[in-house]
Amino acid sequence: MFAGFMMNTWAVATIVAPVAGVVGFFVVLRGSAFPAHAIPKGAFAGAAGAALIGISTLLGLAVFSLLGALGIGVLGQRARRDVATALALVMMLALGAAFLSRTTEYEPEIYSLLFGEVLGVSSTELLPVAGLGAACIAAVLFLYRPLMLSSSVPDVAEAKGIRGQHIEICFLIVVALATAMTVPVVGALLIFSLMIGPPAAARSFTSRPVLAMALSVVIALVTVWVAIAASYLYNWPIGFFVGALGAVAYGAGRGWAAWRGTRRAGAASVAMPAVPPTTARA
Amino acid sequence: MHQLYTWVFEPGFFASAPVRTAVVIGGVAAVVSAVVGVFTVLRGQSFAGHALGDVSAAGGSGALLIGVTPLPGFIGLGIIGSGAMELIGIRRVRGRDLATGIVLGAAIGLTALFLYLDTSASATTGATQQILFGSIFTITSSLTIIIAFSVLAVGAIAVIWRPLLLATVSPDIAAARGVPVRLVGLAYMLALAVAVALSSLTVGAILSTALLIGPAATALHLTRRMGRALILACVTGVAATWAGILLAYDSYDWGSSHQGLPVSFFIVAVIFAAFLLTGLPARRAAARPRPASAPAAAPEEACSRAS
Repeated sequence: MFAGFMMNTWAVATIVAPVAGVVGFFVVLRGSAFPAHAIPKGAFAGAAGAALIGISTLLGLAVFSLLGALGIGVLGQRARRDVATALALVMMLALGAAFLSRTTEYEPEIYSLLFGEVLGVSSTELLPVAGLGAACIAAVLFLYRPLMLSSSVPDVAEAKGIRGQHIEICFLIVVALATAMTVPVVGALLIFSLMIGPPAAARSFTSRPVLAMALSVVIALVTVWVAIAASYLYNWPIGFFVGALGAVAYGAGRGWAAWRGTRRAGAASVAMPAVPPTTARA
Repeated sequence: MHQLYTWVFEPGFFASAPVRTAVVIGGVAAVVSAVVGVFTVLRGQSFAGHALGDVSAAGGSGALLIGVTPLPGFIGLGIIGSGAMELIGIRRVRGRDLATGIVLGAAIGLTALFLYLDTSASATTGATQQILFGSIFTITSSLTIIIAFSVLAVGAIAVIWRPLLLATVSPDIAAARGVPVRLVGLAYMLALAVAVALSSLTVGAILSTALLIGPAATALHLTRRMGRALILACVTGVAATWAGILLAYDSYDWGSSHQGLPVSFFIVAVIFAAFLLTGLPARRAAARPRPASAPAAAPEEACSRAS
């Protein structure tokens, strides 16, 4: 399991998981699950396009995920955000289908781009992935305060002169960066599981942002490590383990929150409403 | 005149059997998607509408694995998925998207496993592409079953029409008037699951989402009246589908290489163009400076937020 050819896999996974954990925390906080699904999936079209004109896959992914983020951000200012996301996604996928019809790309290649191929990570890929990962983390740290404000109390943020639309586009670009670096490794579809499951679970355990973010990173790391080990041992696709573990972590988080909720309600013997009043904004 | 005619409709367009099937099935899928889609857009559930396509694709790949026809797999897992989303779904939009995401993540994991087992068990080439993209020209299921399920989905929407509309526009008023909002929402999700599973099986995952959201959003750009929006969405959907099929058929003769482009590309391009064009007047209205006291969101948008 720790043979030479596996070392790159472990290294890449250890870079990817913290990025997914940190970016995913804001994805969950802002309710951006759909864009977080659409950008990686649409970026897949970029990989197909890159194969068609014979440039590096990473470049194709980066260009298309940035285009996707900008498309969602700009369209979303005029239309409903979920509608804008859906239409931007299908347009990118349609382009991908058009590209694929022109190439003679080998079928397993597509499968691994969608579902990930951690066992084929080469040493030359490590450096760009690490660089993009560092850029993502740095961007989140730089945007931390305005992002936090506009995600949790949008009115206060607007009053302080933070433009929600600008923050939204900046955040989508961060998601796009995270996408470009992770798609070749964990696949277009599973980076999404990694950005949703661990942060959602972490938020059920604690409501303090920094603690939740740290917890989210830890859960993401454990998920990826266990998934690699299981995938190595049982020879099943890593994507299955990442998806399943994400759902299990979320289930555990919800279970914990429910258990704590009933204990508290019992202690105080006050009937509390199960759902807080609708203060959230889409 | 004749020249123009043959330029628009390449020779053999109406005689081709795959084209005929595609025109019929594509039309049916467009109408069903449009009817369900108007509510999907109004309720702000585009993510669920898209995710259910992927969830039911997991069922399709599972059905392939145990050697049954994909239709029961698609519909079965679609219904289970929609039930799960509604069960963990919280009333807030954000929570609902999160629930959708969790179910979607688990389903994608299952798809990865099933596809892997499929390809290693029987080397079914093209399974990945077939399930993820699908093709309108290779429809395998029988037409009667597809139409039967379509009628079921549209019928369900017709039966719950009034309570659903009220629960969509204002959940609080609906609840106050004794409408079982949760139950109506669940019934709607089931209709959505059947419609999406059906369309992602027949016309593919891309077109399933495009036909669900695009025509409905286009229609809602043009009118605020529900009946009109419904008819406009159906017309837009069917027109875009048929135009896309025609363009794809013609594209075979465009280049010198005689390689057509996929139908899904053209249909999506037409829908996307229609959405952008109808959005232009609204865009101009939005560019006008608003009085400072005006609420930031349109009333019906606020409704979807509160639901």
